[in-house]
Amino acid sequence: MSARDDILDGVRWSLGRSDGDGAAERVRQRIGEHRRNPIPTRGQDNGAAALKRFIAEAEMVSATIAPVAAEADVPGAVVAYLASHNLPARVAMAPDPSLARIPWSDRPTLEIRRGAAHPDDQVSVTPVFAAIAETGTLMLISGPGTPTTLNLLPDDHIVVLRASQIVGSYEDAWDQLRRARERDGTLDMPRTVNFITGPSRTGDIEQKLVMGAHGPRRLHIVLIEDHG
Amino acid sequence: MQSTSHSFKDNARAAMANPTLQRAMGNMRHGFLAKRLAAIDRLPEFDALRDRARDIKNHALEHLDVYLEAWEAKVVSAGGHVHWARDAEEARRIVLAICQRLDARTVTKGKSMIAEEIALNPFLEANGIVPVETDLGEYIIQIRNESPSHIIAPAIHLVQDQIEQSFREIHTQFDRDRPLVEPRQLVDEARGVLRDKFIAADVGITGANFLVAETGSSIIVTNEGNGDLTQTLTKAHIVVTSLEKIVPTLEDAQTILRVLARSATGQEYSVYTTVSTGPRRPNDLDGPGEYHVVLLDNGRSRMLGTEFQDMLRCIRCGACMNHCPVYATVGGHAYGWVYPGPMGAVLTPSLIGVDEAGHLPNASTFCGKCESVCPMRIPLPKMMRHWREREFERHLSPAAMRWGIAAWAFLAKRPKLYRWVSGLTANVLGLLGRAHGSFRNLPLAGGWTLGRDMPTPQGETFHRAWARRRPRGTHS
Repeated sequence: MSARDDILDGVRWSLGRSDGDGAAERVRQRIGEHRRNPIPTRGQDNGAAALKRFIAEAEMVSATIAPVAAEADVPGAVVAYLASHNLPARVAMAPDPSLARIPWSDRPTLEIRRGAAHPDDQVSVTPVFAAIAETGTLMLISGPGTPTTLNLLPDDHIVVLRASQIVGSYEDAWDQLRRARERDGTLDMPRTVNFITGPSRTGDIEQKLVMGAHGPRRLHIVLIEDHG
Repeated sequence: MQSTSHSFKDNARAAMANPTLQRAMGNMRHGFLAKRLAAIDRLPEFDALRDRARDIKNHALEHLDVYLEAWEAKVVSAGGHVHWARDAEEARRIVLAICQRLDARTVTKGKSMIAEEIALNPFLEANGIVPVETDLGEYIIQIRNESPSHIIAPAIHLVQDQIEQSFREIHTQFDRDRPLVEPRQLVDEARGVLRDKFIAADVGITGANFLVAETGSSIIVTNEGNGDLTQTLTKAHIVVTSLEKIVPTLEDAQTILRVLARSATGQEYSVYTTVSTGPRRPNDLDGPGEYHVVLLDNGRSRMLGTEFQDMLRCIRCGACMNHCPVYATVGGHAYGWVYPGPMGAVLTPSLIGVDEAGHLPNASTFCGKCESVCPMRIPLPKMMRHWREREFERHLSPAAMRWGIAAWAFLAKRPKLYRWVSGLTANVLGLLGRAHGSFRNLPLAGGWTLGRDMPTPQGETFHRAWARRRPRGTHS
């Protein structure tokens, strides 16, 4: 008997499962309906309240935020960030259409390489899929234009976030992803969904907090305030 | 991992006499405990979420067979592979076979208690494959040839000087006189060393905090980002996990995630929550070429339908051990196997037998703190009591204890005799001890008075005091 059949038989025996007890139907229904469990009050904001909460929560977990009025201001904010940390004007950028339409050529000194991260990349620039106000969390998905390594390898991770992408709760973000995938007719799920809440850290040495364990040491959010 | 649970008493005695360990364990209070309280203060719905989290897991466990099949189908349709393993030996062989097929020389590992449970590292090493732990705490104990002493803070038993010493011994490629006095310097050194390992590794192994039936995804939660680098930069991502990790939907995972980090480290949310589904897609620019899940049973399916089923709700947050006075005193290694603290005291006898691990459910004061902080509301003391009963039934408990319980039972069944004996004892002890107020030692209770004094009885039993105070006309 295969290990699979053995284990499943063992589970059924322990549970006293019998055919026709409706378990399969209950499970099918439960999986299909995406029913929400209660969401805390702080996850129920939207609009300006969600924006405000997102900023407060993200700063609490040591992300930094640079608000800009429009897409055209993003290159300037990126260059200013690099200068403020004495970093070379060179970034690895996600080859995603949402970033391609930003007028990077306004800043000709900024050197841009598009693609997945290389081990020696110091700074990356990526878009996000959504942001969650509840805990100041960014949601990034893998795809042809959004390689995962950009979120992990460089010391500094800069994300470009539009205020309209901020939702109240994780559940709101999942619903958005489901809708987007349906629209595109792609596979159910991207290979990876990264929820990122502040820069990398560890407390493994005597519970003392140290930033930048393996992932980025700093997480910087350029926030385009495109709310109506 | 070879168990030393049978020598818990000796292990504990040695731990209590170890001043460095005692200093390290002292760090827990200002860390995890205070932060957990602060996080819960910011979430008024915390207790309601615990109820819901419990209900979700109960539902999933009661339909475990059906959810596992649904999850497996989704993994396969996303291009992944599921390997079922009845026991540790099967799980190890599956991992090795994948590594060998890919000609893997080194594998990076994210933190996984299942990998500890199946003793994966020594097995890979014996077969010529080098496993590299990448979680900082796991890395530290790996280079020291130790095992984790806590399920989320594996190096919590160490102080900084010990870590510095180990780095100087192992990282001989660096200047001997380099400064390593700040945690920052130690972290940076490990970051540099491990960065090269991430890039060189052929296979990445992680655990899973959740398996999602709806999507066939595995979810890991980390703060360092090591689990992500492990699974992104290698040819194959192998998830080693166990079957009770299943939840029905992403929504259900989110509800439990809301209580996980708050209970564990006192964070509102961990830095990286990563949902992985299958291998890299045809147009992806990075990610592993293969995605495997090794699904371990190792005795868990036998816990279903028993008084230990509730234990399968455990999400490995570590809150029970963080708050346990016994754990805080003896540390995790004293427990002698993979899972320490109250959750270990319940789970270990289930997985390796009560004959080997019978001391663990006895290593509790039954203060109840573990159950009160458990985000999944697992009745840990009740289950420790079940183990004590089984141990008693199987005549595994020591003769003196059996004799004592038998004597007490004899008296308790004879109320008049009980009152007479307890009255006499209270009187005699009262007469003997009144001058001092307490006894520093008592005959037949030397072990008990070793760590505490017995207050002198005031000359009257509770029964008598109650009878005197009871309003007239009421019945007992």
